[in-house]
Amino acid sequence: MVALTPISRTPMSFYLPVVAAAGAFAGLLVGTAQDSSALGVLAGAVVMAGVAFVVTTMVDNEKLSRWGLVIALLAGGFLMGGLPGAVIGGLFGWFFGWFIFWLYEGRYRAKLAPYLTPGQVLWHFAFRVICGAIFIFLITPILVVMPLSFNAENFFTFTPEMLRFDPAGYSLKHYRDFFTNSDWQQALRNSVLIAPVATLLSVGFGTLAAIGLSQPHVPFRRAIMAILISPMIVPLIISAAGMYFFYSRIGLQGTYFGVVLAHAALGIPFVIITVTATLVGFDRSLTRAAANMGANPVTTFFRVQMPLILPGVISGALFAFITSFDEVVVVLFVGSAGQKTLPWQMFTGLREQISPTILAVATILVVVSICLLTVVELLRRRSERLRGMSPG
Amino acid sequence: MSDQTTSGPVLAADGTPLKRSLSRALRRQKMRALLLIAPLLLFVLITFIAPIADMLFRSVENQIVQETLPKTVEALADWDPNSGQAPDEPVFAALAADLKIAVQEKTHTRLGSRLNYELTGASSLFRKSGRAVNRMDLETDAPFKEKFADIDKNWVEPDIWRTIQTYSPRYTSGYFLNAIDMQKGPDGAEARPENQQIYIMLFKRTLFMSLVITGSCILLGYPVAWILANLPMRTANLLMILVLLPFWTSLLVRTSAWKVMLQQQGVINDVLVWLGLVADDARLVMINNQFGTIVAMTHILLPFMILPMYSVMQTIPPSYLRAAKSLGATNWTAFWRVYFPQSVPGIGAGSILVFILSIGYYITPEIVGGTTGTFISNRIAYHISSSLNWGLGAALGAILLAVVLLLYYAYDKIVGIDNVKLGG
Repeated sequence: MVALTPISRTPMSFYLPVVAAAGAFAGLLVGTAQDSSALGVLAGAVVMAGVAFVVTTMVDNEKLSRWGLVIALLAGGFLMGGLPGAVIGGLFGWFFGWFIFWLYEGRYRAKLAPYLTPGQVLWHFAFRVICGAIFIFLITPILVVMPLSFNAENFFTFTPEMLRFDPAGYSLKHYRDFFTNSDWQQALRNSVLIAPVATLLSVGFGTLAAIGLSQPHVPFRRAIMAILISPMIVPLIISAAGMYFFYSRIGLQGTYFGVVLAHAALGIPFVIITVTATLVGFDRSLTRAAANMGANPVTTFFRVQMPLILPGVISGALFAFITSFDEVVVVLFVGSAGQKTLPWQMFTGLREQISPTILAVATILVVVSICLLTVVELLRRRSERLRGMSPG
Repeated sequence: MSDQTTSGPVLAADGTPLKRSLSRALRRQKMRALLLIAPLLLFVLITFIAPIADMLFRSVENQIVQETLPKTVEALADWDPNSGQAPDEPVFAALAADLKIAVQEKTHTRLGSRLNYELTGASSLFRKSGRAVNRMDLETDAPFKEKFADIDKNWVEPDIWRTIQTYSPRYTSGYFLNAIDMQKGPDGAEARPENQQIYIMLFKRTLFMSLVITGSCILLGYPVAWILANLPMRTANLLMILVLLPFWTSLLVRTSAWKVMLQQQGVINDVLVWLGLVADDARLVMINNQFGTIVAMTHILLPFMILPMYSVMQTIPPSYLRAAKSLGATNWTAFWRVYFPQSVPGIGAGSILVFILSIGYYITPEIVGGTTGTFISNRIAYHISSSLNWGLGAALGAILLAVVLLLYYAYDKIVGIDNVKLGG
């Protein structure tokens, strides 16, 4: 929190119009919801400018005025729209309390270079608002699914009960359905049976090949690399079509083994990429030192090289696992009804019988992916620390 | 010692010349590397490359006519397809003999459905004739031309014969011609009737929508990558989670989320109605059309754009921009002339990646695309699982594959496949 610029209180002619503009925007939202946009804009601007004037000239106690504003707007929202209204009112109150003093005390300028023109300052914050909007775009779909999965009705949208935070609007019935319905359980079992075996195959072959590829002299390195990465690049529908034709020729179509092989092929590029990336920082003199001290290549691999590249191998394995666990196109063609996996079941659920159990499954999968993401991130940091690439 | 080494070739410890010893060591090293790679290479060749090759083979393979009607094909060779008349008795006799065998082996219906792709009605014609031929006696029932005319008038029309003759070779370009809205006539390729043209339109739509998706990914990804690269490490890492979480979340979860959001009774419409921006009876149609596909796929592919851009932008020193500004450049000039050119490699890498991924997408268009928002891949899936016209599906796939490989090659040239990074 180093202040780049000395800050001072701003004149009233600056912060009152800005707060009024923000108030007008908030008023527009509230006003259209109550069927009178023009009145909303006017009232929002006047009220917020008035509040800003009062708290900055008459009260002049930041903590008190901010809490007062939150409580006032909370109560106002509750009167206008019940509990959801109160939540929105409270959020508005918190925002305006912060916003007024942020502008009034000149804090917005504190962390910016002193030579910036007002236009540049404005652009700086406008840019952040734009980025914020994009981040919201990125994360909202995932966040929306979670509360909806607790819906007591069989709808894909928020019911009035849910918006009123009425406990009757929420239930765990979709989760119960997932854990008791035999279709979903069979699908879960298949996914759990297929993904680890496919991962094991791709990690086993992939790690060996990555070590081979990172040797200093490999003939046809580029061509080999291109072939090994290709399952990631070729569109899944083409891989699926080809595998369907070929595996039915050799009798693997519709078998568990066929699906495992197909998924292992799809996971290989991820293992290759992560493991070769880890091997870039691997110090070759370590293996030579081990050999010098009498270790045979196998011992050297397991005692020296493997522990050092393990983070890369594990994150490659997680990528391969999630590829197989998430995959639907190939299993749709290569598998038969007996190999129906979780994503396949979701796909049919979305296409044919729309059941909100999908949302419960989606929420569980999001939690799983958060866990995987955390593990991968920790491993990446550990591996960078081991290789001395970053201080953190 | 030193004067000894200058006289002869340098020797290794075991007495062989050093040069040979070194090259042997190098050869051994290469062999070891290849041995390590070999199992995986073999695995990928069998489980992945062979299926692709099989698909390419199926897109030109056409042995069924030759195998089912060998005598007919031979007899038909001298027939002039432009004569406007059905061939003469010997061809019909050969057909009767061929069909008799085919009916016993039950292959005539398969041939019928194969020819039906080229000439509507061929399937029922063969099924009907198969039953009748089974009752015929090859020795006594000649002449066959009238017999076949009795079964179905179409046998004495030239159309079916023209089709059989055109598709008699073992390999055909017919599927590929179909895939680009043409057909194989007796005099070579010709355009299909206007009302049957669909694939060129689908290819164009796939390209157009992939371009729109790539464009919107650049527009949305650039600011995010910029802010991630320019914020302090700690904040950037926190915000990075917001990018990586969608990246790690199941594709079907994200697709179903968009289905939930975009429906007519969905979250976005509900919010708009609640705000009064949209009347309750005029809810926006945002799903089952191109808009839905573009929005959902932009969201799904955005991390693939942000991550390469971010890794390039991280390497651009912020002092360059400050230097440009201190030399009198305006904000825009400094960005456009100094920062942007350095970030172009990131944009290129991200764009090619997003374009490659979007051009072959299947799941998302299938679920949120309806009829107007589907891609060529949905058509391929339709031909393989529903219409069972595998050859056409394979030909469409081969064209798509060619486009993707071209882009893959470009990506390899520009970025290098070794430089693909996952998860930042």
